[in-house]
Amino acid sequence: MDIRTIITGILLGLGCFLIVTGSVGVLRFPDFYTRMHPAGKTDTLGQGLVLLGLMVYEGVSFISVKLLFIIIFIFIANPTATHFLAQSAHLSGLKPWKKDD
Amino acid sequence: MSFIITTLIMFAFWILLSGEFTLILILSGVIFSCIVSFMCHDFFIGNANIKQETIRILKTIRYSPWLMWQIFLCNIDVVKMTFNPNMPISPTVVSFDPELKTNMGIVTLANSITLTPGTVTITGAKNKFLVHAITESAAESLMEGEMQRRVRELEGDISV
Repeated sequence: MDIRTIITGILLGLGCFLIVTGSVGVLRFPDFYTRMHPAGKTDTLGQGLVLLGLMVYEGVSFISVKLLFIIIFIFIANPTATHFLAQSAHLSGLKPWKKDD
Repeated sequence: MSFIITTLIMFAFWILLSGEFTLILILSGVIFSCIVSFMCHDFFIGNANIKQETIRILKTIRYSPWLMWQIFLCNIDVVKMTFNPNMPISPTVVSFDPELKTNMGIVTLANSITLTPGTVTITGAKNKFLVHAITESAAESLMEGEMQRRVRELEGDISV
């Protein structure tokens, strides 16, 4: 067990925990807009952490650079997708859930 | 000029993805990067000012650590809300004028809002942003305008 394996394990564990949290959040929150919060955010960082863990495991190589590119694309694509889902819900007239309802 | 730069970037990307240095791969890399940049160098760089673009990339790099920190805080926030049995949420929708000039700035701000604590962008247009906030404090901290200020700074004096 060298230190790199341990760091990889921690990062993978954290990433998986965040992804699970995202799924639980999607089930627990009351309406579409609030569900966008756990779905869009924890997934971004969760996947990012998993890939970062793999990067640490791999060390300095071409594969790490490719993984870094995937992370960058996820960080651009994921919030954009979340935003478009929210926008189409808004355009089709879905009203946000309020506390008093 | 834009053709040469595009070719170089394409070729660097080719090397990165192939990771091998045999003659046939390098040669086909050169040929294909030339073909691709011949077709699309207008879109990729066009007539952009190289110096301004470099400044913008450097500014983006300076902006990212702060964004990473915000993303981290945001995730802690979501985890806390998800596992809190009382569901301490009170969703609100706020709208504001971001006072941004470039499309790049609008995209950056919209994505940054989505990635930071308790807020998701619903519509992002030049003079009207509609943001769904999961708690009132999230909406308030957004309206303080820290992020808008940083993105405006990122945008700098680059015109449309």
